[in-house]
Amino acid sequence: MTMIFEPDFGTPASEKSQVVSLEIDGKAITVAADTSIMRAALVAGIDIPKLCSTDRLKAFGSCRLCVIQVDGRNGTPSSCTTPVAEGMKVSTQSEKLDRIRKGVMELYLSDHPAECATGDECEVHGVAKKIGITTSRYAKGESHLDLKKDESNPYFTFDSTECIVCNRCVRACDEVQGTFALTIENRGFEARVSSSGTSFIESECVSCGACVQACPTGALTEKTLLTIGAPTSSVITTCAYCGVGCSFKAEMRGDQLVRMVPFKEGGANEGHSCVKGRFAYGYATHSDRITKPMIRNDITEAWREVTWEEAISFAADGLKKIQSESGRNAIGGITSSRCTNEEVYVVQKMVRAAFANNNVDTCARVCHSPTGYGLGQAFGTSAGTQDFESVEHSDVIMLIGANPTSAHPVFASRMKQAIRKGAQLIVVDPRVIPLVRTPGVSATHHLQLMPGTNVAVINALAHVIVTEGLVKRDFVDARCEEKSFKDWEAFISLPENSPEALEASSRVPADEIRKAARLFASVPNASIYYGLGVTEHSQGSTMVMGIANLAMVTGNIGRKGVGVNPLRGQNNVQGSCDMGSFPHELPGYRHISNPDTRKIFNDKWGVTLDAEPGMRIPNMFDAALAGEYRGIYVQGEDIAQSDPNTSHVHAALRAMDMVIVQDLFLNETSKFAHVFLPGTSFLEKDGTFTNAERRINRVRPVMKSPTGKSEYEVTCDLATAMGYPMSYENGAAIMDEIAATTPTFSGVSFKKLDEVGSVQWPCNDANPDGTPMMHVETFMRGLGQFMRTPYVATDEKANRKFPLLLTTGRVLSQYNVGAQTRRTANNIWHAEDILDLHESDAQMRGIADGSWVKLSSRVGETIMRARITDEVPAGVVYTTFHFPESGANVITTDFSDWATNCPEYKVTAVEIAPSAKGPGAMVETHIEGDVQLHSIIRMANQIAANIPVSDAPEIKVAHHIVQFWTKTMIERLHNDVDKSKLSPIVIKAMEVLLVTQ
Amino acid sequence: MRVFVPGDSAAISIGADEVAARISKLDPTVTIVRNGSRGALWLETLVEVDTDSGRIAYGPVMPDDVQSLFDADFLKGGAHPLALGKTDDIEWLASQERVTFARVGIIDPLSLDEYRQHGGLVGLKSALGLTSEAIINEVTQSGLRGRGGAGFPAGIKWKTVAQTNSAQKYICCNADEGDSGTFADRMLIEGDPFTLIEGMTIAAIAVGATQGIVYLRSEYPHAISILQNAIEIAREFGWLGDRVLDSTHSFDIQIRVGAGSYVCGEETAMLESIEGKRGVVRAKPPLPAIEGLFGQPTVINNVLTLSTVPMVIAQGAAAYKARGVGRSLGTQVFQLGGNIARGGIVEKAFGVTLKELLDTYGAGTLSGKPFRAVQIGGPLGAYFSTQQLETSMDYESLIAAGGMLGHGGVVVFDDSVDLAVQAKFAMEFCAIESCGKCTPCRIGSTRGAETIDLIIKGVRVDENKKLLLDLCEVMTDGSLCAMGGLTPMPVKSAMVNFPSDFLGAAK
Repeated sequence: MTMIFEPDFGTPASEKSQVVSLEIDGKAITVAADTSIMRAALVAGIDIPKLCSTDRLKAFGSCRLCVIQVDGRNGTPSSCTTPVAEGMKVSTQSEKLDRIRKGVMELYLSDHPAECATGDECEVHGVAKKIGITTSRYAKGESHLDLKKDESNPYFTFDSTECIVCNRCVRACDEVQGTFALTIENRGFEARVSSSGTSFIESECVSCGACVQACPTGALTEKTLLTIGAPTSSVITTCAYCGVGCSFKAEMRGDQLVRMVPFKEGGANEGHSCVKGRFAYGYATHSDRITKPMIRNDITEAWREVTWEEAISFAADGLKKIQSESGRNAIGGITSSRCTNEEVYVVQKMVRAAFANNNVDTCARVCHSPTGYGLGQAFGTSAGTQDFESVEHSDVIMLIGANPTSAHPVFASRMKQAIRKGAQLIVVDPRVIPLVRTPGVSATHHLQLMPGTNVAVINALAHVIVTEGLVKRDFVDARCEEKSFKDWEAFISLPENSPEALEASSRVPADEIRKAARLFASVPNASIYYGLGVTEHSQGSTMVMGIANLAMVTGNIGRKGVGVNPLRGQNNVQGSCDMGSFPHELPGYRHISNPDTRKIFNDKWGVTLDAEPGMRIPNMFDAALAGEYRGIYVQGEDIAQSDPNTSHVHAALRAMDMVIVQDLFLNETSKFAHVFLPGTSFLEKDGTFTNAERRINRVRPVMKSPTGKSEYEVTCDLATAMGYPMSYENGAAIMDEIAATTPTFSGVSFKKLDEVGSVQWPCNDANPDGTPMMHVETFMRGLGQFMRTPYVATDEKANRKFPLLLTTGRVLSQYNVGAQTRRTANNIWHAEDILDLHESDAQMRGIADGSWVKLSSRVGETIMRARITDEVPAGVVYTTFHFPESGANVITTDFSDWATNCPEYKVTAVEIAPSAKGPGAMVETHIEGDVQLHSIIRMANQIAANIPVSDAPEIKVAHHIVQFWTKTMIERLHNDVDKSKLSPIVIKAMEVLLVTQ
Repeated sequence: MRVFVPGDSAAISIGADEVAARISKLDPTVTIVRNGSRGALWLETLVEVDTDSGRIAYGPVMPDDVQSLFDADFLKGGAHPLALGKTDDIEWLASQERVTFARVGIIDPLSLDEYRQHGGLVGLKSALGLTSEAIINEVTQSGLRGRGGAGFPAGIKWKTVAQTNSAQKYICCNADEGDSGTFADRMLIEGDPFTLIEGMTIAAIAVGATQGIVYLRSEYPHAISILQNAIEIAREFGWLGDRVLDSTHSFDIQIRVGAGSYVCGEETAMLESIEGKRGVVRAKPPLPAIEGLFGQPTVINNVLTLSTVPMVIAQGAAAYKARGVGRSLGTQVFQLGGNIARGGIVEKAFGVTLKELLDTYGAGTLSGKPFRAVQIGGPLGAYFSTQQLETSMDYESLIAAGGMLGHGGVVVFDDSVDLAVQAKFAMEFCAIESCGKCTPCRIGSTRGAETIDLIIKGVRVDENKKLLLDLCEVMTDGSLCAMGGLTPMPVKSAMVNFPSDFLGAAK
């Protein structure tokens, strides 16, 4: 392996399409207009010395090494700041220029260490050598060589003695990251880079690493570079944190990872990164890693390390025993959005082919399943419509239920850049997220709604657009179903959907809604970005459809700057959904009931697939408590911490006889497991991740798996042991099978990805280079479908006992259940989950800032520290779920989205009270009554209340139930439910079900 | 009875307020007008009495002289040792060619009536009847060049802004008068603020700007207060704001106060400062005329340039360019300071010689010792020796002589000056005031001061002189803006014109 060299052309590429011809050092060159002379020369292979310029940042012109001469012009301008012009004749070498460069370099050397700690990392000495000097004639004078190092940041050091005040770090913080944590203090000779007058760790710095990346010297340096030494080889791979999917160069020294450097050619990140991807990879080699398989007969026993063979046969025997006793549907598996497409594909294949049922679900169930459902209904496929770059072309950005600066930091930086260039922002969120007001950015409108009222707000916005004549008729007429539009238009125009009527529910002033709606409808390009604040609600799917309606009615689909864009939580949420992880869908979002689709897989796999949908995760838990579901294979997901209503989950896991956990670490779920199969970190995987923009990125192994096996091999071994032989030569072979069975992936192969870097699906004969933007000419489903989106208040209501609404989210430095980030130095920023509450709620209860509070809901209670803040309104409290100690999901309930069962994480009625000590979650696994039956009744009634049609809703309800419910659940609906507990529409739907069956 | 006691801060600094107070006390019926300074700082406090035969001057009046003035019946023009006769007949003033400063010291600065009685608003009213092209053409034809120091033709700059399409354009007046030995901007604003407002309004109409900003240094509290009052008066009059003088144009002005940084007088650093950022120089291109304040087309002119515009429009380009020499047309407001007997404002047509300024107006050094050096054009200007007194004071001749006109400051030194120390001072000034962006200026200035210090101490003198000259080249040709680019000018002129001061220990 060798180091991958990325050329730096000094200034960003010009966006102009016209070209200009000029001569540099006698060489004829043609480049885009507005290109800098520096870039034109460097692209043409003519070297110009430089220190302050880099092609990720705007030209600055401070180092004065890149001076050139232009025929007919006075002086010696800097080539980085001077654009090319037609017919220009430029000289980059002359005696004069040589004198200036040497003179400037002498000045640099007069205030720079003779030898730098980072060696060749420091460009000063290298450039000096190139210019032809090594020392300075100036006598020893004033200098900055005795300044102290700032080592406060856990990941990098700031050594001011090596700093040449080129401002690259300050500019990167400003232009690339948009945080403005760095500045230059003082002026003249005393001008120094400063983290705004304090140490880095105490500053506003978010440790994205952009400054370290930009620094041409050893002033800002990764600590690992100093401790391990200079890298000797590098591999391009993909970050395993959020759904942005940043490309990195993993730089190695021998078998040690020196650092992760964001890759400029990465389509998603274009050279940017955040603290997690850039620095928080230490968990991969953490001593907590389990590298040997382990088993135990009972969860009260201690783990026993065993061979792979023993672990696999133990697991297979257990699963087979269950199937022989309780039927083939008594086991299933959960795929992980943390794993590669290939690993996920293999797990769902194992469940469908080896387990012979469709009981496979994915952790996307609990985050973006409503996106799949809603966008599938409206547009015909479950995916965001744009690439990330598109946001730079938006005039108005509507951000709903997402906090990108914490959860999708690299995309947030792009969004901030767009806003600073003039795009207006509408934030729809109960909380004052940073983007509402942060340096350089402020939202034009913040629709600060109460949790659980998203649909009220989206309906009110659409109502204004329709009733004020702001509909983009051309688009609607040409691209959407006329009938569905007419029906929806009549619905949305009803007075009950007006902002005034909905103000009481949402608490958003009607006038503010009207202004925001007019703004959204008035600009050429308006886009919608959303997160789990949209999906994790009882009306998650309705809200996604409402968003699709809004985009269509304003004609904002099918070009740059517009679209509907779910921000995906995990690195491979998109991919795990694409790969057929849902119980009702085969890879490529094709329903299991479709015989043509099944035939493809039956032929390929040599099996006969079950045509009935399998269980969703919550159905699995319910069935486990009913004794019908007894074995589960959990791939890289800590359901015991991340899924709602912990006590319910724990009880379900406890009820199972064979829980198999495949993970890097022992976790909350493994406490209930019988088999632990050690997994591989992203640094060991060979596969692909698909990010939120449908971009398929390669994940390449940079080190060997300490377990001795790839994860997919383990899955294959288990399938084989179950009696269905599975094996693949490598990850590429799995992708070849995916391509062979899945039309949207038919053009994808590792070979292609290695050639072009990444592609966005669909990638097939029709779109050989992939599809950065979807639905350009027509929707995937043909015409766009408008759907009625009645606002139905959640049953989870604040009441006298639980008067506050809890909503949950993430912080920047921690990630999800924290399995990775808690095992890194990121804990320095956030070492515990904190409960945010408004001052008035705190005062009423005698709660002081920083004190312990007990947080309770109808399902559980936990203790954490309080923070008094005006980021949440009175009546709303907020926390994160990164730490098992506080276990926020002890509080959250079983309520879920009517269409997909995505949990309603974002709304829980709670009460808080001062607590003497903490932290600690109180999990009681006391479950009352027939949980499964209770869920069936709730789900059926919820579907009936939300089904987005006006005519004969019972037919749609019946259809929905057939599409997504297991046979057992439908049978129980008919046989076991007290009909008086069902809504009339459900009763009618049951009649339809009987007829159709 | 009206008595004029200048409210100019130079006059106030030597007791004008007290003089005014004592006059009021001794005769409460007297109307005291706090006019601007006539510019003869050596006569301040210059008290004038409005008599039937015109304004009679007394000066320099110290507070303790007031009683004796009353004793001498000065309100009727009575004889007194400080009596100077009719102000208009004081040769020092009468021989000047006051164009930009025509009203300064004569009118009550905040009386719009007096302003109009003395020809104010004629230019603006005339401009309102002209097309943008016609106004710009008149300014171009007049030969008016930027008085901030660069000498760029004002009309050409305006034309660029006028021809750049944008919904928002700005007029920025640079009143960050930081050059040592200069004070004309301040005196103009304190003495005749409406003329600046009128000039900015004409510029706005010419280029299509609606917002004006005066970047005024915090060290000028009186000027800030007077200009603020004048802006408010102009708003009330219907001059500033929507529909300027009932026309279709809108224009308003706000003041932004600088925070004490010299480099913020550099136009791009000034823009950064107005935008609320650190005062750091921007690379050009883009030119501020195309992408200036907040990225919009922006006219940036000095106080004197803009304040000359009303006269140019009122009296026509031909009248203005009738004065001056070569490509330096019209008049220049010279500011005599330093070790000089008669300091102050001398407005003369370009082409007056340095000798005439120093002898006729300056009347020798204050110390009485012989002249040795004159620094022209601020702290970054060249030091001239007595050999160069015949130099014509115009843009081109000064450049030819190795110097520059700058903002028109003329600072005199007698024969006690050590030019090596002055050269070191130039570098030190740069080291403190540099914005710190570009390397030649940021590090070079400190190394320059250190190297001159070694020369003064006699350490490796020849070697260090060579190094200093090399450094001067790097700073001149390599710096991003005029701050670093011009710092070598005083250094090199000192070395060339006063070689005996650079002999180190051999001196």
